[in-house]
Amino acid sequence: MTTDAVSATIDTTTSTAWRGFAPGPWCDEVDVRDFLQRNYAPYEGDASFLAGPTERTTGVWSRLSAMFPAERAKGVHDVDPHTPAGITAHGPGYIDADAELIVGLQTDAPLKRAIMPNGGWRMVAGALKTYGYPVDEDLEKFFTTHRKTHNQAVFDVYPPAVRAARSSHLITGLPDAYGRGRIIGDYRRVALYGVDRLIEAKKVDKLLLDTEPFSERVAQEREEHAEQIRALGELKEMAASYGYDVSGPATNAREAVQWLYFGFLAAVKEQNGAAMSLGRTSTFLDVYLDRDLRAGVIDESRAQELMDDFVIKLRIVRFLRTPEYDALFSGDPTWVTETIGGMGSDGRPLVTKNSFRMLQTLYNLGPAPEPNMTVFWSDRLPAGFKDFCAQVSIDTSAVQYESDDEIRAAWGDDAGIACCVSPMAIGKQMQFFGARVNLAKALLYAINGGRDEITGAQVSPAFPPVTPGLALDYEDVRDRFDRTMDWLAETYVEALNCIHWSHDKYAYERLEMALHDREVLRTMACGIAGLAVAADSLSAIRYATVTPVLDDRGVVVDYVTDGDWPAYGNDDDRVDDIAVELVESFMAKVRRHRTYRDAVPTQSVLTITSNVVYGKATGNTPDGRRAGEPFSPGANPMNGRDTHGMLASALSVAKLPYAQAQDGISLTNTVVPAGLGRTRDEQVGNLVGLLDASFGAGGYHMNVNVLVRETLTDAMEHPEKYPQLTIRVSGYAVNFVRLTREQQLDVLSRTFHGEL
Amino acid sequence: MTAGPATLDAPSSRRRAGAGLRGMETADVDRDERLALMRTGELGSVHSWELVTAVDGPGTRLTVFLSGCPLRCLYCHNPDTLAMKDGEPVLAEDLLARVARYRGIFAATGGGITLSGGEVLMQPAFAARVLRGAKELGVHTTLDTSGFLGANATDAMLDDTDLVLLDIKAGDEETYRRVTGRSLAPTLRFGRHLAERGVRVWVRFVLVPGLTDDPRQVGLVADHAAAIEAVRPGTVERVEVLPFHQMARDKWAELGRTYELADTPPPTAAATEAVREVFRSRGLTTY
Repeated sequence: MTTDAVSATIDTTTSTAWRGFAPGPWCDEVDVRDFLQRNYAPYEGDASFLAGPTERTTGVWSRLSAMFPAERAKGVHDVDPHTPAGITAHGPGYIDADAELIVGLQTDAPLKRAIMPNGGWRMVAGALKTYGYPVDEDLEKFFTTHRKTHNQAVFDVYPPAVRAARSSHLITGLPDAYGRGRIIGDYRRVALYGVDRLIEAKKVDKLLLDTEPFSERVAQEREEHAEQIRALGELKEMAASYGYDVSGPATNAREAVQWLYFGFLAAVKEQNGAAMSLGRTSTFLDVYLDRDLRAGVIDESRAQELMDDFVIKLRIVRFLRTPEYDALFSGDPTWVTETIGGMGSDGRPLVTKNSFRMLQTLYNLGPAPEPNMTVFWSDRLPAGFKDFCAQVSIDTSAVQYESDDEIRAAWGDDAGIACCVSPMAIGKQMQFFGARVNLAKALLYAINGGRDEITGAQVSPAFPPVTPGLALDYEDVRDRFDRTMDWLAETYVEALNCIHWSHDKYAYERLEMALHDREVLRTMACGIAGLAVAADSLSAIRYATVTPVLDDRGVVVDYVTDGDWPAYGNDDDRVDDIAVELVESFMAKVRRHRTYRDAVPTQSVLTITSNVVYGKATGNTPDGRRAGEPFSPGANPMNGRDTHGMLASALSVAKLPYAQAQDGISLTNTVVPAGLGRTRDEQVGNLVGLLDASFGAGGYHMNVNVLVRETLTDAMEHPEKYPQLTIRVSGYAVNFVRLTREQQLDVLSRTFHGEL
Repeated sequence: MTAGPATLDAPSSRRRAGAGLRGMETADVDRDERLALMRTGELGSVHSWELVTAVDGPGTRLTVFLSGCPLRCLYCHNPDTLAMKDGEPVLAEDLLARVARYRGIFAATGGGITLSGGEVLMQPAFAARVLRGAKELGVHTTLDTSGFLGANATDAMLDDTDLVLLDIKAGDEETYRRVTGRSLAPTLRFGRHLAERGVRVWVRFVLVPGLTDDPRQVGLVADHAAAIEAVRPGTVERVEVLPFHQMARDKWAELGRTYELADTPPPTAAATEAVREVFRSRGLTTY
């Protein structure tokens, strides 16, 4: 396009697509936040305006729901084993073409999963075999002979130390055989600007790169930009197959939802990321819905219907995965995380009527784990919204909360959550997802001089083990642990550098990155698991007498503990300080190492559901936890040891400093309804109070389940009665009946606060 | 009013079951000094603390369970708090430090501190000291009591008390004695006294099949609650009918005590609701 042609387009845009919008810098450059700030209308009222589901909505949802039992029984509903996924790989698909308001499926039929071989062929072949589908010989040859995959490349560059740490389960869940995910495209850009404008802007970026002299960095960025531009073209092509021209901006609310969804759909058609999050879209969409509502083009019922139909699509994002993957991340999650609410930097709430509508879908369609409803909580949020959130939590257990104040201070007021607790400025920041290391097992290595407590193999550098027969000395163990963590941090960052170098090269997220600025902030998102076990073990060593028990290999395999020791999770500084110190020191050790693309190191205290797998791979620990027993999830205190109430438990976790865990700190709480009050109003008021208190004390995250234990035990016996029973596990929600039995038992063993 | 039969017994700092005292300092003083400090209210025998929501008064509360109780309720669900000597010695100032720490939480949740037990009025000087300290910190205060030792509550203490959770465990002297081993009259006297002084009350009644569920009993307890309300309307903000549960059975076993209600089932939801209706028929807000 010539410059004149571009200005002409902008003029038409202003009179049609952008009619009535307050202009600003966003008109001249891609800047969604600026658009939002100038055009959104905060809503301070209550939930009384909301509309229920229309017959159309219920019809479409019932048609899908009827397919879920078969999918649950078999593990997948259907798979296309022959077509490697891509933005334009599959023709259009529909649930009910005549009834759908928002269209687009990942493949040509609902719940049919695609294969995504760029991450690794083994994963694809394994999944196909698991579910009884043929492995296409031509494809196998292609992806093992002609086309290198991410998985192959990573193992070409892993050094032995990484392989050893990986196979001993000290570092687990690394995205070296599957898509890393946790990148949020700014899908709003598609609606606001149309794809042509975005391509033009990317071409300008590429021109700038073309003027820089060659270096590996410049060449990489040039190539990535070329891929981004190509992906945007494919996005237009895919939309066209559904009969839509997304080259220009959306002109009304329905188009805005549709355009935005096409952007997201293109991403989930191509990438099987560990988390494919949506961003912060509901308040953005409110601007369009509000404009149409004010013009009388739509009514509230229609506005809700558009959101309901959008959410139906977000609920059926599916990826083909292996049983090993499911063991780590149970319940078939996709982490289509949507960030709702929060406060703007100017003090206005970012709550709109559409924030309510997004939550209302949990009533109109019934509870569900996806999209992962994430409310940015601040005590300054409007009372009507706070009450509605609490009510939805009590009714559905499908909402998680994150500290708006912490996230806004660190990343601005247009940040969203990727996956469970990872914040990032939308379109301006991405992360290199790094799974996590097993801190509890590392402590056992420290005691055993680097030998694995199960296999007896020397994994980390050798130093003398503890003296047999003598009680463990806190200072000595702490010092050993420190040295072990030095090695662990170094090995871990090395692994992540290998992975992300390879992922960029062989499985680059071209569409998602096309919806980012040219300059992005990259974080290297490390993580730790087993914090509560490590802190409690050190507390036991410090405050009680812990004597190691050796086997005939000379390996410490058990501990005899005499005396009382304070447990993490009771707002007791003596042990909580140990947990704080561990978080701080591991972060400091990670920061010492050079990262790929100069990513800023961060860490999370999050396990997703891998707390079960980590526990399985870890021997007896000095806190009395038996070998194989699950860890507590995320930053949670160990199950049953937080005896001083839900808030005391939350206050212990709130002490972990966000500045040293900028990728998030996860806390999952379960409270029985009676534990919140006698009446509905009392329950809502008390939950609001608990959230205010917890975040006010420096808490970062809270998953809230409001459930009685009997519901879960009954659901284990009679899953067919509870197809939509949703619970929050660790930064995300799952259908309880889709968890493995082991995971279900783990959830049941957790503390139910307020239980008599 | 005369002083009740509360005698102080110095706590001996034994290990206990239950929630515990994590994070709260215990005093390191000898037995004689403990008794002296207890008389002045500077030291109490404390079983445990917990941050609870919606069970011991409004909002989220720091509930402190004191050790020692003059009653021997057949259905006691905290039998590990019966003996004062089994508690941990805690200084009032250390307890108040924790109250101060949670001021923000009390403000956010509309909560406060609840002194429970055991029987809080077994240690009236300590209770008064803590309540005064809490009021100085601007914190809402609640006493959870059987009222049997109501005579130990001085006017000054009640001035520092925002709410009393008053257990009325039976409707007549005979049944009350069978349930608790003591007399009902002091409780009713205390209830009227609270109303006269303008202290808000939540009446609590534990419904135990075969023990307190006789319709005549229930009617009498409802009459007593209504009588307190009649002294000064608005006094009885609510009645809570608490269905008996078997969660304490293990505690009784651990303590090696004979538990007469080992085979008593919890009341049905319908039976509990029917009893609530009896209270409601007296014009009382009942849950």
